[in-house]
Amino acid sequence: MTIVFTLNDREVTWEIEPTETLLQALRRNGLVGAKEGCDTASCGVCTVLLDNKPVPSCAVPAARVDGHTVTTVEGVQDQARRIGEAMAAEGADQCGYCTPGLVMSLVAMEKELDQPDDEQIRSYLAGNMCRCSGYTSQMRAVRKYLGGGR
Amino acid sequence: MNEVGKSLPKIDGVGLALGRPAYTDDLAPRPALVVRALRSPHAFARLKSIDTAAAEAIDGVACVLTWRDVPRVAVTRAGQGHPEPSPRDRFILDEYVRHVGDEVAVVAADSEAAAVAALAALVVDYEVLEPVLDFEQAEDHATVLHSEPEIHENFPIGFEPTRNIASAYAMHVGDVDKVVQDAEVVLRRTYYTQAQQHVALEPMVCATWLDLHGRLNVLTSTQTPWHVRRIMARALEMPVGEIRVNKPRIGGGFGGKQMIHGELLCGLVTRRTGKAARMVYSRREVFAATNTRHPMRMDITLAADRGGHLRAIDMQALSDTGAYGEHALTVFMVAGAKTLPLYNKVEAVRFGGKTVYTNRVPGGAFRGYGAIQGNYALESALAELAHELDLDPVELRRMNMIAEGETSPIFAIMGEGTEGVAMTIDSCKLPACIDRGMELIGWGEKYPRREAGPEKVRGVGMALAMQGSGIPGIDMAAATLKLNDFGSFNLLIGATDLGTGSDTILAQIAAETLSVSTDLIKVYSSDTDRTPFDTGAYASSTTYVSGHAVRTAAQKMRAALLTEGAAMLGCAEKDAVFDGAEVRGPDGAISLEDLSTRLLYSQNQKQLCTTGSHLCEKSPPPYLAAFAEVEVDLGTGKVDLIDFVAVVDCGQAINPNLARVQVEGGLAQGIGMALTEEVRYGKRGTLLTGDMMTYRIPARQDIPRLTVELAASHEPSGPFGAKSVGEIGIDTPPAAIANAVFNAVGVRVRDLPLTAEKVLMALREGRAK
Ligand code: FES
Ligand code: FES
Repeated sequence: MTIVFTLNDREVTWEIEPTETLLQALRRNGLVGAKEGCDTASCGVCTVLLDNKPVPSCAVPAARVDGHTVTTVEGVQDQARRIGEAMAAEGADQCGYCTPGLVMSLVAMEKELDQPDDEQIRSYLAGNMCRCSGYTSQMRAVRKYLGGGR
Repeated sequence: MNEVGKSLPKIDGVGLALGRPAYTDDLAPRPALVVRALRSPHAFARLKSIDTAAAEAIDGVACVLTWRDVPRVAVTRAGQGHPEPSPRDRFILDEYVRHVGDEVAVVAADSEAAAVAALAALVVDYEVLEPVLDFEQAEDHATVLHSEPEIHENFPIGFEPTRNIASAYAMHVGDVDKVVQDAEVVLRRTYYTQAQQHVALEPMVCATWLDLHGRLNVLTSTQTPWHVRRIMARALEMPVGEIRVNKPRIGGGFGGKQMIHGELLCGLVTRRTGKAARMVYSRREVFAATNTRHPMRMDITLAADRGGHLRAIDMQALSDTGAYGEHALTVFMVAGAKTLPLYNKVEAVRFGGKTVYTNRVPGGAFRGYGAIQGNYALESALAELAHELDLDPVELRRMNMIAEGETSPIFAIMGEGTEGVAMTIDSCKLPACIDRGMELIGWGEKYPRREAGPEKVRGVGMALAMQGSGIPGIDMAAATLKLNDFGSFNLLIGATDLGTGSDTILAQIAAETLSVSTDLIKVYSSDTDRTPFDTGAYASSTTYVSGHAVRTAAQKMRAALLTEGAAMLGCAEKDAVFDGAEVRGPDGAISLEDLSTRLLYSQNQKQLCTTGSHLCEKSPPPYLAAFAEVEVDLGTGKVDLIDFVAVVDCGQAINPNLARVQVEGGLAQGIGMALTEEVRYGKRGTLLTGDMMTYRIPARQDIPRLTVELAASHEPSGPFGAKSVGEIGIDTPPAAIANAVFNAVGVRVRDLPLTAEKVLMALREGRAK
């Protein structure tokens, strides 16, 4: 089937399989920033923005984005670079597999929350699991990134 | 030092944050056949027949393979050196399936849909057999898991498959029984550790294809490219030289990717069809069909005098290796070898036991590698002893622990699968780690407990740990430096960065040695065709072993630059110096940029290329002192972690930030093992924890605070004074948290994880049993 949607600020027309998830469709079309980690909406490494809200793309049928707006890490490269640099400055980027998903949640959080405290940050990022870092360094990096952005 | 000891950003960090193609599935060639395995629904069964006709008839199906179609060669998928200390007890596919999730058959098709349809169309007639599910009943059970004539041990490891024994081991120093008999105090306890899963967020992924020359190319998410190549060659009956294995970025390994997973099946599909193939494990497959930490029962006896001086330790263990014997012996040995030397003042020490087969997901390598199991038992028992003697648990450790300049006879007796190597401890900053850790947690004010509101009590507990740095006499690594025009270098290393930052720290070591800036070192790693050899990223070896190889290569490059620079300046080599920017002689200087460019284009033309290789000769332990603060809810038994402090002696940290995060990440996994993580099975051996909803790794909220500091230390045998740091972080949380729970509420749970149910039950029973 054919879907038409806005992907990273450009209107695209994609031919998709009716049973495909958004994650599968994105990766099949060469946007590999979103990863597959769990396929049960439990890990967050597939996070993209659907109409500016973070969603696990493994749990969104590709067909559902017809007429909607999708943003992936490929569409927020400037922010991703700044977040990546903040993470690297803390050594918080280990295998990096969770980083693009975390970037997308952070991009959404910045729009939604004003000066969040640690508890708010933790709960906003709750869906973004990381198995490597133990989170503490990520939190240091997030605080730095938010501080530097203002 | 300019480059070593600096927290430089990880060289691949920003690229990964940008989402650039980097991991196996991002880079795998397309189009490629989709490879999928049919997995056993039974814990133990014989495949009476498999009818493949309907599957093969499906449009787009390229091949269907069953045990009848594959070479009958016994291998181990452990991913260890040659010859492996694990039994060769597996085939690519076999007539028997030995755990729920074991491979029955494999299909390859043009599309995911066709592959799934083919799996559904396979008709399998199973003869369901009685499984062995309780590892304490496995030895000499009526059911024997392995009776294949071809399986064997490579050298004596105590392999007795007819008795369901994968390996056995025993050692002793002195007369333990006599000391125990004479001792003023004897403490006997039994502890259980559970199966834990790695849950690297990237699953197992590999891709295979034939190149222009018909050679089999393998792109795979592995920690051990050279072992993958060697074992694939054996299993597929082809020459090693006909296979190339390349590892791109890895989305986490933790030991889980030391083993070999889809590579054999995927490679076979490519060999049979001539087509590129790709195999991506679903999360369910990762849980059901890769490996777990070996569950263990540890029976421990401590003998001491009333003053708390340890006189003997006896540790007898039983380990569950599941359906296959991957790392059966070596994980078992490490449970003793990387815990017992910590308390080297004893008159006698004994360690031994067996690793048995059961119809469960196979055991395998997992960060900590036996040390976490042994640590939980030993550090819990020491806390129990301190309590019984009414001694401060910290004092008890101080009295008995190893110190700089000392040794333990265990180093020489126990290696990994073989004998060990004697060594004296040249760096051990445990006293400083303990002092600083007590300060950071506030031990003085908080020990043992304080009320924290109605029904809530907080307590603190502690534990010490040691690990190793590589496997002496076995682990070997090599590195090549190549000089480019305009003064940059390629660093080609076999070492495998599995997300730890080893590419970065190895570049720092090269840069430091050459006195150049790290960004001039362009790293390419882990490709069996294009980089020199490395045994792989395991056993905490990369910094210590591969780091040495890099340093040697860089020292040679430095010498070569001096020789060539002096020749161009027309002076004697002894009169020239190289400071990283230029070679200077008595009457002039030539810049690195100019020298390197002339060498390739215009003057004394030649390629400068130097190689260093290093065999691990000793394995100096890093040390860690850990302090946990928990809050226990008396009404529900729930244990919340409040703070976890770890002060670590890893020698000189090459990159302090990366070293610290290695420890933080290890702690988080250890905290998961202590509190939430457990692979659970149903009655017939079905997996109850087959996805990330039922198997809970720590989430952001579960880890409120980790406080990690690196103690000032220098290991004389290490590159720039470094020891390892990758594993030690995981070892202490189970014991430190269990000890904190006891100090808070007086109950001692001796089997992991410390769930609310278990704690509540123990609270209801009144006190520690
Ligand atoms: S892959 Fe989508 S949440 Fe894990
Ligand atoms: S860095 Fe590996 S999962 Fe987060």
